[in-house]
Amino acid sequence: MNSDELVVSSSPHVRDKETVLGIMWKVVLALIPATIWATYFFGLRSLSIVAVSILVCVLSEYAFQKIRGIKITISDGSAVLTGLLLALTLPPAVPLWVVAVGALVSITFGKQVFGGLGSNPFNPALVGRAFITAAYPVIMTTWTIDGQTMATPLAQYADGITTDYWRLFLGTIPGSLGETSALFLLVGAAYLIYSGILNWRIPVGMIATVLIFTGIIGHDPLFHLLAGSMILGAFYMATDMVTTPVTPLGRWIFGIGAGILVVLIRVWGGYEEGVMYAILLMNMTVPLVDRYTRPKSLGEVE
Amino acid sequence: MVEIFASKGVHPPENKDLSSDKELRPLSGISELRIPIQQHIGAPLEPTVERGDKVERWEKIADSEAFVSAPIHSPVSGEVKGIEKISVPAGDRVEAIIISPDEDEYSEDGEDNKVTERSLQSISPDEIRNAVREAGIAGMGGAMFPTHVKLSVPEDKNIDHFILNGAECEPYLTVDHRLMVEKTEKILRGLKLLMKATGVEDGIIAIEENKPDAIDKMKKMVENEDNIEVEVLPSRYPQGGETVLIKSLLDREVPVGGLPLDVGVIVNNVATAAAVADAVDRGKPLVDRPLTISGQGISEPGNYIVPIGTPIERVIEAAGGFSGEIGKVVAGGPMLGKAQASLSAPVVKGTSGILIMRKEEVEKFEPDPCIKCARCVDVCPVDLVPLNLEKYARGKKVEKLEEYKVENCIECGSCSYICPAQRPLVHYIRLGKIHLNEQQQSE
Repeated sequence: MNSDELVVSSSPHVRDKETVLGIMWKVVLALIPATIWATYFFGLRSLSIVAVSILVCVLSEYAFQKIRGIKITISDGSAVLTGLLLALTLPPAVPLWVVAVGALVSITFGKQVFGGLGSNPFNPALVGRAFITAAYPVIMTTWTIDGQTMATPLAQYADGITTDYWRLFLGTIPGSLGETSALFLLVGAAYLIYSGILNWRIPVGMIATVLIFTGIIGHDPLFHLLAGSMILGAFYMATDMVTTPVTPLGRWIFGIGAGILVVLIRVWGGYEEGVMYAILLMNMTVPLVDRYTRPKSLGEVE
Repeated sequence: MVEIFASKGVHPPENKDLSSDKELRPLSGISELRIPIQQHIGAPLEPTVERGDKVERWEKIADSEAFVSAPIHSPVSGEVKGIEKISVPAGDRVEAIIISPDEDEYSEDGEDNKVTERSLQSISPDEIRNAVREAGIAGMGGAMFPTHVKLSVPEDKNIDHFILNGAECEPYLTVDHRLMVEKTEKILRGLKLLMKATGVEDGIIAIEENKPDAIDKMKKMVENEDNIEVEVLPSRYPQGGETVLIKSLLDREVPVGGLPLDVGVIVNNVATAAAVADAVDRGKPLVDRPLTISGQGISEPGNYIVPIGTPIERVIEAAGGFSGEIGKVVAGGPMLGKAQASLSAPVVKGTSGILIMRKEEVEKFEPDPCIKCARCVDVCPVDLVPLNLEKYARGKKVEKLEEYKVENCIECGSCSYICPAQRPLVHYIRLGKIHLNEQQQSE
């Protein structure tokens, strides 16, 4: 044995098997049940929305990195995940060119301008969605089932019309592609919790806050949980690792803050749904929250 | 919810079954011994022999007047071939006394192998401390801190617990396990001597739950001791880290920059306790130590009693040589051990294991960007924020390193282990400590 062939590196010499790619794909996998439900309930067109969104996200990432002359990272799975998440937040009748615009903005302005994966302060999919919501407000608030325009349960609730819990839970209601079925979203979330990928403190904090807050002001807490994009947002957007706090206390603060903002916007704001803005606003607080919630380390005693 | 129930730290594949049932045996066939004259934390030693001298078995060959030092002795009778600089497992180059043994076979016993177990009442604490100091005992768990210094408790400190560390949380290593199974009595005797030396009333022997036979034997042994308990700990790395162990057992926090003494505790490794018993009862200096040689890359994983100064390559030969193509040789375990550049480096007082990794096990990777998954935060046994420490260490942001308590890191490597982006977190945190130190010294 020649000593020259020995690898010398600092400890540890073993590593856990999980990778960034593995995490991205597991989240994608967790969203498959909701995607299948969307295809079944809203029709095959859902798949073209998903396909365009993912394709444009990946291509935008490729193009941006190519132009900058930096390493191409489309194989890390993060652009695919952003594309899928964005698609699931869109109305079923959204024109495909709007999907493409949203995807382009998500990756370029939501992620790559900040330096790519790990450096973006805002959830990229929500940046894209916020942009097209502002640019094409009518398209983004037209909800259809089988071509019929309908009001979402949240809009109806404001007018005093309630929706059956079971329909909300299963997802036989108008809404964005991937947000309607609490059932299928929770199946995926359970898998993520089992895999140890999900920051449970954020969804628990966010959901508990919404339940308590709406209960206090005399609204129907269970309705607020099941309607709109509460479940999708709490489990899949507010848990985006890059754009949420890293400290345990910080995660609670993020979840609770997002919960409060959701209710404020839904009940007193100008929009019927507030999950997207709640999360984007909380994204802004992350550096500060992380800084002031540094855990007390073992031995930091008087 | 997985995270709620999981505790801190990590649980790498243990791989202890490769060697956990292999009895300790003396290394067969010894060659030249290369004994570094600095194997402890503290003042350097002066050799007391010269090239060409004949040395007796157990003869002292280097010593120092300084209090914080541990002398070294020759494991064998033989001839001093020279004193030269050699590479040691820690990575640096240190002066070593090279001894050519008279005989090929090594025996861990003395000439007459006389054991005199005096009653505890008849031995004074000073006698024990002196015997420990003269035997050159230094922490065998890896720290190599001179043991008699630990036993010299300052007047103002009140110590109420003596902990023997038999956690052995490092994967692959089984030497403490074997010692507890085979030398149960000697370990208990060592603990009693240590307690006597320090006047401590309560003793705890801490063992991870993955060593049921060691737990059984130890428990039986202490059945009639009302002031010594065996505590079983969950198998979780770094359970055996001193500060983590004290927190787990007694719920006390060693203050940052402080010592276990500050919270009324002394911790010693089980191998050190056995060495103390040998020193007091047999007058045997620390001239050999038990170690595990294991890994996918060694033909016959096992546990051996190896004379200090034996080149690592000799231990590899004794264990049947390499198996397959070798990628890495580590002195110690896979979490804390040091990768070796040269196989001629000797076994020293702190070498608890030799791990041979095959080429295919040695990953070369390019780290991904940090995705702030916070796994490192979740596993850090001392509640630091490793991802930030890495970032600040890379940027030499000294004030930030201080704000985020870089000096509190125990360098267990759990953060690097768990990082899905394969970032060398603990590596940079070590650098961060150096940056902070340099800054503080220049002030």
